[in-house]
Amino acid sequence: MVPVSYYLILSAILFSLGALGVLMRRNALVIFMSIELMLNAANLAFVAFTRVHETFSGQIFVFFVMAVAAAEVAVGLALIVTIYRSRQSVDIDQLSSLKG
Amino acid sequence: MLLNEANPATGFFGLVPWIVFAPVIGLLINAFFGKRLGETGVGLVASLAAGAAFLVSVLQAVSLAQHPEGAIVKLGEWIHIGQLALDWAFRVDTLSVTMMLVVSGVGTLIHIYAIGYMREDVRFKNDPARFPRFFVFLNLFIAAMMILVSGDNYLMLFVGWEGVGLASFLLIGFWYDMDTLGRPSWANSNAAKKAFITNRVGDFGFLIAGFLMFWYLGSFQFDAVFAGAPGLAKLHPEIILLMTVFMLIGVAGKSAQIPLYVWLPDAMAGPTPVSALIHAATMVTAGVYLIARSAPIFGLLHDSQYIVATVGAVTALFAATIAVGQYDIKKVLAYSTISQLGFMVAAVGMGAYVAGMFHLVTHAFFKALLFLGAGSVILGLERGHHHAAHHHGHGSHAENHHEETFDPGDMRNMGGLRKTMPVTFWVYMVGTLALGGIFPFAGFWSKDEILLDASLHFPHVYWILSAAAFLTAFYMGRQVWMVFFGKARHEAAEHAEESPLVITIPLIILAALSALGGFINLPFKGFHQFGHWLEHTLGAIEFPPFSLAVAGVSTLLALGAIALSWLLYQRKPLEHGQADPLAKPLGLLFVGMENKWFIDEAYQFLFVQPYHALAGFLAQKVDWDFWHEWFHDSVLVQGFVGLARFLANPVDLGLIDRVSYWLSDAIRASAEGLRKLQTGFVRSYALSVVLGVAAILGYLLLK
Repeated sequence: MVPVSYYLILSAILFSLGALGVLMRRNALVIFMSIELMLNAANLAFVAFTRVHETFSGQIFVFFVMAVAAAEVAVGLALIVTIYRSRQSVDIDQLSSLKG
Repeated sequence: MLLNEANPATGFFGLVPWIVFAPVIGLLINAFFGKRLGETGVGLVASLAAGAAFLVSVLQAVSLAQHPEGAIVKLGEWIHIGQLALDWAFRVDTLSVTMMLVVSGVGTLIHIYAIGYMREDVRFKNDPARFPRFFVFLNLFIAAMMILVSGDNYLMLFVGWEGVGLASFLLIGFWYDMDTLGRPSWANSNAAKKAFITNRVGDFGFLIAGFLMFWYLGSFQFDAVFAGAPGLAKLHPEIILLMTVFMLIGVAGKSAQIPLYVWLPDAMAGPTPVSALIHAATMVTAGVYLIARSAPIFGLLHDSQYIVATVGAVTALFAATIAVGQYDIKKVLAYSTISQLGFMVAAVGMGAYVAGMFHLVTHAFFKALLFLGAGSVILGLERGHHHAAHHHGHGSHAENHHEETFDPGDMRNMGGLRKTMPVTFWVYMVGTLALGGIFPFAGFWSKDEILLDASLHFPHVYWILSAAAFLTAFYMGRQVWMVFFGKARHEAAEHAEESPLVITIPLIILAALSALGGFINLPFKGFHQFGHWLEHTLGAIEFPPFSLAVAGVSTLLALGAIALSWLLYQRKPLEHGQADPLAKPLGLLFVGMENKWFIDEAYQFLFVQPYHALAGFLAQKVDWDFWHEWFHDSVLVQGFVGLARFLANPVDLGLIDRVSYWLSDAIRASAEGLRKLQTGFVRSYALSVVLGVAAILGYLLLK
């Protein structure tokens, strides 16, 4: 059986990739996808620990996370579409009208 | 003399509060509906109210005839504090009912007379709207006087005492915005103030006497005070003396005795019915009533009796001398009133309470008659003046000037009114003979009783009073000769007209009373009805036998005085503008009489001017210069300005403002710094989130 640490390392790599994507990319859609990546990295860690501890609570959390992600996609994509319609761009560096 | 707490249901005693309620109801009706009732209605309501009070008084007398011990009718509790228990209670006994009968009886007649008098007076004075007010005040007076004479304690008496003082003030100042001739001036209101303030001086004496009474005897109730007084007289006779002397000051104020009599002549500024009712017949006798009521106190010490009798006698003579030198018909009567009040005060001072009260009653009759007669004369002259002025139309300039200063009360303008005003003349003659003490008119009997008592107990009082009696007959003779006989000295007197029935009928009734009033107390064995009547209240009274010598001497004096006045004033009637025939033979003496012995001027100099100076000093120096200019402006305002400046500059601007400015500056500066964090780059926000999470996680893992 593959040891749990492998899953956790993969989860950390995926999370770091997601975080780097959020920090470095300028396209809102890509950032959005990176956030999804981070959520799924967390999901991977949850199911990995479920196997180790032989309880279902981790899997239940995964379902919650997926439900939240789905809702987030619905709201986030709608926002992005609306922003694109008004500005003809989804470059978040241009979205600085709240600058102090 | 002790009264039982009789059942008020006995006889008509329970009705006694109505002597006060009736005039109060009358005054309320006239005060609220007077304008709508019209002049006759107002006069009728007021007269009915006074008449109702008279009726109740008569019923009291009827009940007293069956139950001479009287009754105390309690209306309600008044003051109950600690040991002091004062009730609002009416005392019905022969003394108080005598006063009630006089006040309401004479008062009713004068109310009726006043309907006629005021109807003309308000027209001569050109202000008919004031008509109802007069009757409101008149009823107020009756109510207050009834409280005075019927109260069962000194405090209730004092309430009435002040009430009549108020009514007197209001009525003297009835034409407050003019003088007695109707010219715009404050003379009448000054006369009212003089009366009120002089009476305050007397009231202060009354109050001190009341305080002494309460302090040493613990009560104001008559019976309780009289029960305690003899014991106090044994222990501290000086307290009783002080009490009586202070009470005498009160009497001197209200009953116009030396030294406080000065207000009464000025009080003639009031309309004539007022002079008759208040300043001759009733209110001014309140002091006599007070002494008679307080007989158990005054009777304790010979010294008090001596002082009171002497003050009364001296006043009687002193005022009579002034009356001789007066020209105003009402002023003569005013000084005569003071003089006759002196007789009464002397009588009650000597302990001759019956004689004093007897003279009070007869005097009420004939002095009211004389005043009302004088009022009729004045109205007659005003009518004549009006008539003459109408007929002449355009007179010369000198005549117009003369008309403006025409004084209908000046006896030098009269003369010969016997023919033009016959009814007034005849009733006036009756009043004169009664006042002069001519047999068998009322004044003869009452004055004689006083002289008889004086001759037995206080010889000096007898001599002084006899001289006063001589002068009384003389000045009354002088007045009658000047007013009714001889030739008219002014065209107004020539055209004078008789007064209407509403005026002459009360005069005729009063004349009958003045003629016959003496028979209520004939000084012979088996008579003395009035004395026996008062005995129920005053205790056993000794009736000295009738003395032909005293009566003969006084009659001779009176006749001699009238003869002398005839010699001076009628043998050669006065001509227009002629000086008084007395002026030459008496010289300086007459100047003194004419000018009231300069007492007013002396009081002006001794009291009024120093008082004005003191008031001026207090107003200018103390109030204005010290309080206003220095204390207020310098101390208070400057202090306040200084304090305000201190609070404004160092405290407000220096401390509070600086703290708040620093606070706002600090907040603005920090906000300026924090602004920079809001870059607008989403990725930098994300970076700070990542860093924050990393920091928190790091802390949690490494702690």
